[in-house]
Amino acid sequence: MSIRKFSRKFFLSLLTLPVFFFIFFPVLWLFSASLSNQVELFTIPPHWIPKHPTFQNYLDIFFPSLAASSVPRTFATALLNSIKIASAVTIICIFIGSLAAYALTRIPFKFNRPIQLGIIATRMIPEISLVLPLFIIASSLRLINKPIVLILTYMSFALPYAIWLMAAYFQTVPVELEDAARLDGCSRLGILFRVVMPISVPGLVSTAMFIFLLAWDEFFYALIFTSTLAAKTVPVAISEFVGRYVVNINGMMAGGILAAVPPVLVALIFQRYIVRGMTAGAVKG
Amino acid sequence: MRTMYKFALIVLAIVLFAGVAGCASRQPAGPVTIHVLTMDQAGLKPAEIDQIAREFEAKNPDIKIVMEYQSYDFIHDKIVTGMAANPPAYDAAMLDVIWPDEFIKAGYLLDVTDRLTPDMKSGMFPASWNGVTRNGKVYGMPWLMDVKYFMYNKDMLQKAGIAEPPKTWEELVEQAKTIKEQGTVEYPIIWSWNQKEGVVCDYAVLLYGNGGEFVDKDGKPAFNNEKGVQALTWMKQTIDDGLSNPSSVSADENAVRDNFIAGESAFAVNWLFQYSDSNDASKSTIVGQAAFSPMPVFQAGADAGVKGSSVDGSSAFAIMATTPYPDQTWKFLTYLASNEVQTKYSAEMLPVWKVDFEGEALEKLKAATPNNPVTVPAFLAQFPYAYERPSVPYYNEASAALQLAIQEALTGVKSPQQALDDAAAKWVKLAGQ
Amino acid sequence: MATNSIKRRLTLREQDVRTAWLLLAPSLLIMLGVTLWPVISTFILSFFHAPTGINQVRTFVGFVNYIEMLRDQLFWETIERTLYFTLVSVGLELTLGLAIAQLIHSRPWGWKFLRFSLIIPWAVPTIVNGAMWRWIYSADFGALNGLLMQLGLIDHYVPWLTLPDMAMNLVIVADVWHTMPFVALVLQAALAGVPEDLDEAAAVDGANAWQRFWKIRVPLLRPAILVALIVRTVDAFRVFDIVYIITSGGPAYKTLTITYLTYLNSFAFGKQGTGAALSFLISTFTIIMAFVYIKFLYHPEETQ
Repeated sequence: MSIRKFSRKFFLSLLTLPVFFFIFFPVLWLFSASLSNQVELFTIPPHWIPKHPTFQNYLDIFFPSLAASSVPRTFATALLNSIKIASAVTIICIFIGSLAAYALTRIPFKFNRPIQLGIIATRMIPEISLVLPLFIIASSLRLINKPIVLILTYMSFALPYAIWLMAAYFQTVPVELEDAARLDGCSRLGILFRVVMPISVPGLVSTAMFIFLLAWDEFFYALIFTSTLAAKTVPVAISEFVGRYVVNINGMMAGGILAAVPPVLVALIFQRYIVRGMTAGAVKG
Repeated sequence: MRTMYKFALIVLAIVLFAGVAGCASRQPAGPVTIHVLTMDQAGLKPAEIDQIAREFEAKNPDIKIVMEYQSYDFIHDKIVTGMAANPPAYDAAMLDVIWPDEFIKAGYLLDVTDRLTPDMKSGMFPASWNGVTRNGKVYGMPWLMDVKYFMYNKDMLQKAGIAEPPKTWEELVEQAKTIKEQGTVEYPIIWSWNQKEGVVCDYAVLLYGNGGEFVDKDGKPAFNNEKGVQALTWMKQTIDDGLSNPSSVSADENAVRDNFIAGESAFAVNWLFQYSDSNDASKSTIVGQAAFSPMPVFQAGADAGVKGSSVDGSSAFAIMATTPYPDQTWKFLTYLASNEVQTKYSAEMLPVWKVDFEGEALEKLKAATPNNPVTVPAFLAQFPYAYERPSVPYYNEASAALQLAIQEALTGVKSPQQALDDAAAKWVKLAGQ
Repeated sequence: MATNSIKRRLTLREQDVRTAWLLLAPSLLIMLGVTLWPVISTFILSFFHAPTGINQVRTFVGFVNYIEMLRDQLFWETIERTLYFTLVSVGLELTLGLAIAQLIHSRPWGWKFLRFSLIIPWAVPTIVNGAMWRWIYSADFGALNGLLMQLGLIDHYVPWLTLPDMAMNLVIVADVWHTMPFVALVLQAALAGVPEDLDEAAAVDGANAWQRFWKIRVPLLRPAILVALIVRTVDAFRVFDIVYIITSGGPAYKTLTITYLTYLNSFAFGKQGTGAALSFLISTFTIIMAFVYIKFLYHPEETQ
């Protein structure tokens, strides 16, 4: 490699350092706090690396019977609930959302514009405004405190998002590809499933990540619509670590680290898909 | 056409998947189920309350109890949403002492006056009945009595050569100066003055300790008179003088406890829980150093005849008005509050029955836990002087206005007089609506 | 022959429209239930004086809730604060996101790890993020104070969250840390799709890296940038969770955002009519903002 190229690469790599610091300083601090006991957490100046590191916080979560308080004991169940709910929301939204997005971007028909605007408009209302009416509906259907209620209520904001994002990705698919397939005798649905979808995998995966994290993250609905372990999610469990009479910040930090693990794992698995480029070469010829 | 079929099948599969994943748990039919919402880890631990529930179920096989535990911060919201549904999400809920007015106006609480037995009324502390009684009607069962206490670090005072804890706030300032000059801690006093209900509690303590009041006998705001302004000005002054920790402005009661038990302050005003935490070796660095003293008052207040000043922060259980099972719910609440249950768990929570604080029962109570010999006398000394915050249905909004005013004064955005005047104007407007 | 081909064209078009409705059906059905009905009932509620409660009478008051809000000083101050939050927050996210996306794209050493690490702040749930930053900002024990002290930048601990002018900026930092990765990853994916030959051709023609970036890459990224911009702006304007966790609107309401005000009205103050009206006022603002973006986003292009 030439000197110029090397020094350019070196310089760019240096630039990554502040970015890494920005990303990891809070996370490492979070991790360090999760390895501390309570007394150590409250020292001045702070111990960047705990002098008496302990895995007790994590043990409390993984081996619930040994835990002193009820919160770590139930954390694992909350984790499972969150995974179930976020996955369900993501799968449903991606599938039916991408169908709708394709229809809206590629098929001209009378109500296309109004529906598009309607979907965007529903995103404008703050979620908390819909809690009371949704609660009344859910309660009359006897759905409170079941995971399905969160799946459905999350769709109220996740589905429009999915449609919106997928529409944007579909717009970047060259029309020539579709025209080529049409000339080959493909029906509209055929174009969708055989040409557009495969190319849009990066877009689908990115949108899926986004929806998964949206559902994973959500706090207020989970708080209001669930009351017991049957459907409690991770954000609600985290909020219980610090109550009026409890100091368990280090427990909460351990929970926080664990709460970030599933989305990170999902990202790791689908990393390849997120950036596989489009087959731009398909139409060049 | 084949693609259409495939498509329809996939959609069906997804819908089924969602349905199965979601509707996993079903409500069992059979006995009546009572849902109770309560505060997590305040007084009795959830495991202990669960145990009481199981004991009750054993004695009443046709009633099942489902407890829900929530942090204090979320209980109000959950009650409001829970009551929007019919039947309500909860049959009973724990109330903070400041909520009955709002909830009575909203029609949430069941009138239980006729269900009380005479020995209940005479046997429990009259002050705890005040919290749930309005216009002669009773709307709940007292559960946890709590007031704000004045706690100090014995060792720090000793080190500074101070013999007695302060009796007036002015004395406190002097003592704090001495401790600060010595270099023991940088900010000797810590408060919970963040923009939540806690700051109104602290302000109430100081206001009444100055001989002031929230509203006068005509119901008009009185906290913006000279007494109220003096109390607020004093608060700001202690921060400006470096005696009160400036982080008080963003601290809640948990942060105050964290600060105190880490040995970062000499004086801290807080609810009862702070004391037992201070003696918990797994959390505290000041085991055995914390002590109670009657809440100080201002010299002006003492001159005006104020003997003591604190604020009531008790909680009570109430039956929700639209519950389909009022009788069963009442049965459970009376069981919770019964003397036998209360004395059995008196190690965790002070009982609501007067009789437990007299004679032999008192000695037994004091000996129940290592902390009780200290906390029980402290409770008996402070509780009689606990004031109530204003009893109005729009309390939340009024309190928010006052919280804002105090914060504005403490951060220097407005002068204390201006801030309190604006809040008073808001109170008048609220009263008129 | 001519009649046959005309017929086929019409049927194809009709088939297309039918396919469109089929594709839209599941989405529309779901949204009808969980979005449309709650939105309509909230809208109706905004025209009533609706105190929370069971036996409470709901009186029709027309536009009174809206007018009262528009006359309220706190409302406008809060809108101002929320706009400040939105502009600064989205601006930072976009700048940092674009820079980091380009950095990854230029393949420095460890770029794969960098791209992977971006997920981490995004994966941390908002409530953990909020609690973590509140702890970092803690006046007595926080890592920020500890770090600045050790670096010698301050000589005594600062109670960050009590400073009325700093508090909002601190919440912005916490929010940017959490959401910037989304922008970076969206832009990075779009960058990966940009054909390299245009870029190479420009390099051959003598354009330097900076020119190539601004004149070729960024315009090609426009759709992605606009999607990210519009999504983030609408979300930032409606921010709630992180304020709830870190500051609860304080100190002295300096971090009170418009959605938090709605929450206070609907839940804490028991004024559901006012809360509903506020919700729609917020929607009006966001719709206006989105409209401005949409003019750029949805070009009247391709298919007729």
